[in-house]
Amino acid sequence: MSTATHAHDTHGHDHAHAHDHHGPPAGFSRWMYTTNHKDIGTMYLWFSFAMFLMGGSMALLIRAELFQPGLQLVEPQFFNSLTTVHGLVMVFGAIMPAFVGFANWLVPMQIGAADMAFPRMNNWSFWLLIPAALLLVGSFFVPGGAAASGWTLYPPLIIQQGMSIDMTILAVHILGASSIMGSINIITTILNLRAPGMTLMKMPLFVWTWLITAYLLIAVMPVLAGAVTMLLTDRHFGTSFFNAAGGGDPTMFMHIFWFFGHPEVYIMILPAFGIVSQIIPAFARKPLFGYASMVYATSSIAILSFIVWGHHMFTVGMPAAGNLFFMYATMLIAVPTGVKIFNWIATMWKGSMTFETPMLFAVGFLCLFTIGGFSGLVLAITPVDITLHNTYYVVAHFHYVLVSGALFAIMAGIYFWLPKWTGHMYSEGLGKLHFWLSMIGFNVAFFPQHFLGLAGMPRRIPDYALQFTEWNQISTVGAFIFGFSQLLFLYIVISTIRGGAKAPDRTWEGADSLEWTHLPSPVPYHTFETAPVVK
Amino acid sequence: MPVKLTRAVAAAAAFLSAPVLADYHVDILPPATPIAQEIYNLHFGILWVCVGIFIVVFGAMFWSVFAHRKSRGAQAAQFHENTTIEIIWTVVPFVILIAMAYPATKTVLDMKDGSNPDMSIKVTAYQWKWEYDYLQDGVRYFSSLSTPREQIEEHEKPGPKKNPNYLLEVDNPVVVPVGKKVRLLITSNDVIHGWYVPQLGVNQYGIPGFVKDAWFKVDKPGRYLGQCSQICGKEHGYMPIVVDAVSAEDYAKWIADKKAKMPPPPAPVADATPAAAAPAEDPNKKWSVDELKANGAKVYAANCQACHGAEGKGTPPAFPPLAGSKVANGPKGAQIDLELKGKPGTAMASFAQLSDADLASVITHTRTSWGNKGGEVMPAEVKSARK
Repeated sequence: MSTATHAHDTHGHDHAHAHDHHGPPAGFSRWMYTTNHKDIGTMYLWFSFAMFLMGGSMALLIRAELFQPGLQLVEPQFFNSLTTVHGLVMVFGAIMPAFVGFANWLVPMQIGAADMAFPRMNNWSFWLLIPAALLLVGSFFVPGGAAASGWTLYPPLIIQQGMSIDMTILAVHILGASSIMGSINIITTILNLRAPGMTLMKMPLFVWTWLITAYLLIAVMPVLAGAVTMLLTDRHFGTSFFNAAGGGDPTMFMHIFWFFGHPEVYIMILPAFGIVSQIIPAFARKPLFGYASMVYATSSIAILSFIVWGHHMFTVGMPAAGNLFFMYATMLIAVPTGVKIFNWIATMWKGSMTFETPMLFAVGFLCLFTIGGFSGLVLAITPVDITLHNTYYVVAHFHYVLVSGALFAIMAGIYFWLPKWTGHMYSEGLGKLHFWLSMIGFNVAFFPQHFLGLAGMPRRIPDYALQFTEWNQISTVGAFIFGFSQLLFLYIVISTIRGGAKAPDRTWEGADSLEWTHLPSPVPYHTFETAPVVK
Repeated sequence: MPVKLTRAVAAAAAFLSAPVLADYHVDILPPATPIAQEIYNLHFGILWVCVGIFIVVFGAMFWSVFAHRKSRGAQAAQFHENTTIEIIWTVVPFVILIAMAYPATKTVLDMKDGSNPDMSIKVTAYQWKWEYDYLQDGVRYFSSLSTPREQIEEHEKPGPKKNPNYLLEVDNPVVVPVGKKVRLLITSNDVIHGWYVPQLGVNQYGIPGFVKDAWFKVDKPGRYLGQCSQICGKEHGYMPIVVDAVSAEDYAKWIADKKAKMPPPPAPVADATPAAAAPAEDPNKKWSVDELKANGAKVYAANCQACHGAEGKGTPPAFPPLAGSKVANGPKGAQIDLELKGKPGTAMASFAQLSDADLASVITHTRTSWGNKGGEVMPAEVKSARK
């Protein structure tokens, strides 16, 4: 060191200094300025949990209003704002950031990298979420109330509303920018920073699903940005993209929106597939049945997701050829999805299974996601969709895939990796209680909604005809059980962070990715500064 | 399953005859058209195929969950990848899908075949009511929710007992003859709506600036209920559809009756039609200001209150307040014009379908209530403004 130039000396000194401590600076600036993938992952997960509670509170207010016919609690316009912002918050605020949180924590560790490829951009893509969330939630407090057009933001209805729409559009732009940056980071990390010997076809499936998801995000977020920008110029700058009187077409918005919207659905489910594909082999103590076919199935689903958007629009009045094309393409998705389900079951088959909380959530995911898949198949059939479009059947369908699908996988993943992250075991008894409460509450809340939809109850209505009362009451009871049991989850997570039995380095006997085999629990602040060699 | 089926059918029957009964309905409503019947069959076919697959696949899984657990001493096999089985579980679902797609394709083509209709009704959606225009028979009218507001609003106290068809009742139902192919030409005046009557197998968006079509042919007389299916603003839950399918004779009678009651067309050729407005009302009647105010309050409650509020406060910015508004305190002509023509690009539709007296009443009501000082408007002023 003594022979080095002054600049080098400083650099060398700082470097050594950081090494001495192996830990982050304390206090607020740690989180504000952090470029550490683990810190950023943690912030993403807490942010998404906060948004989950916020979106959940809106859902409970919706369900409370729907407990009986008549208007008791809210005004119709506010009710519409609740359904709209609930959807936006859950999709963009809860589910997507949660998966990005997992990606931050796990992708570098699972491929043997020291951190993400662009750590500063990583910090920026997280902190962008905060103003976006404030805009979304703050829009409740401006004149006219929050966006009340459904999360799909269809014009011309959306054009009628006040400045909350501009806030929502800006929020969507910011969230999109954040997602695109996150995706660039994830793709670059996966393609460039893999440890020696970690070939693509050796990567854990969670990494694979995120690689594919990140490409989907880069492909479709700009499309959504384009659509909402056109809404903005239609609102303020006299364009008529979606106004027939000026030569535009409201249907075009739907096409553009759903060209984004359907891949978006897979953006929310592919990482869930990845998590479940890590958990099931670990608890079956048996390798995943078909690794390569899982990779191919995930890729097929991603590619097909670009050519099925029209199934959201069967009641628009597309020509018969359009309806048929989108029906066939949509049905086709059942094939790779089926392959995945069969693979998971074949992995369980003749395993040596135990059912700790992560496995319970994974098996719950498997059953309930499949029910959501089946109702998706029913809805793919154009004529049946036409009679069920915009009814509670659709609400039931997508909550089965997004709550008992995406969310259950997130819960499974949290229980699975929490010992690795914190170094403590969570309370298995409380974890199982949380699972069963969620499982029962969820099904009581959402299964009856299939019946409501079949009987013709439209979605997004604050009040309903008398024959829908009974199932709605049951659904509300279930929703409250489900909602409040998430506070138990919060308690479990906090108490695990603060203490608990020491977690072994390889917490789960059957878990075999790098974070389990090469790293201690809790993982140190910096990991894989020297890349491991993967055989 | 037959028990469940019977229960479902019984529940459906109960729903049709007396919708007040407690109802744990679990099935698609009984179809009333051949298309709805095809949809019903498709749904049931696919449902049972899915149930079958679920039982087989998850039967295997649960057996595995039961048998292959560590606590029972199971040793993990280490097999993975098997090309034969992977091909089987790709091909078999594909074949099942083709078997599902074939009948569905037939129904899609049937639903799209709106050729050779016996009659056409143009359906225009408004925030938040429907307009039906019988193109051949020359009948045209609006149809909106008839459930009284006090049954709906229960924020302060529970409302009176709700009607049996609460929220599924209208002032003027659609009436169609049975056995005739009815084509609907569906559009919208403001935002996207959905004309949805499940038992007829019709669910079609009405899109402003475009006309979309759908068709149905009802087999048996009856009353079929539906609602707007696409969120269209704050009263989205309050724009039901009621379709009465009646015999050919009853239909002819209804048309004749309806024609007699038709208000004058909105923009008549000068003096072609004398103000035959609402027949109960004498066109030459002299209205006092108090009579106008009293009648105006009623017209306001039926047509305006949903948006502008009982106290004229509105829900800005989409639904501007009337209390203290420039229009209601400004020149009469501008307001009359606004009521007759609506305001393009907003939820404010034309109310030209109301009679001169009703329009004058409601304008008077808005100009003399909530502190407004616009002054009264007489039916004659509305009448002359129509020309």
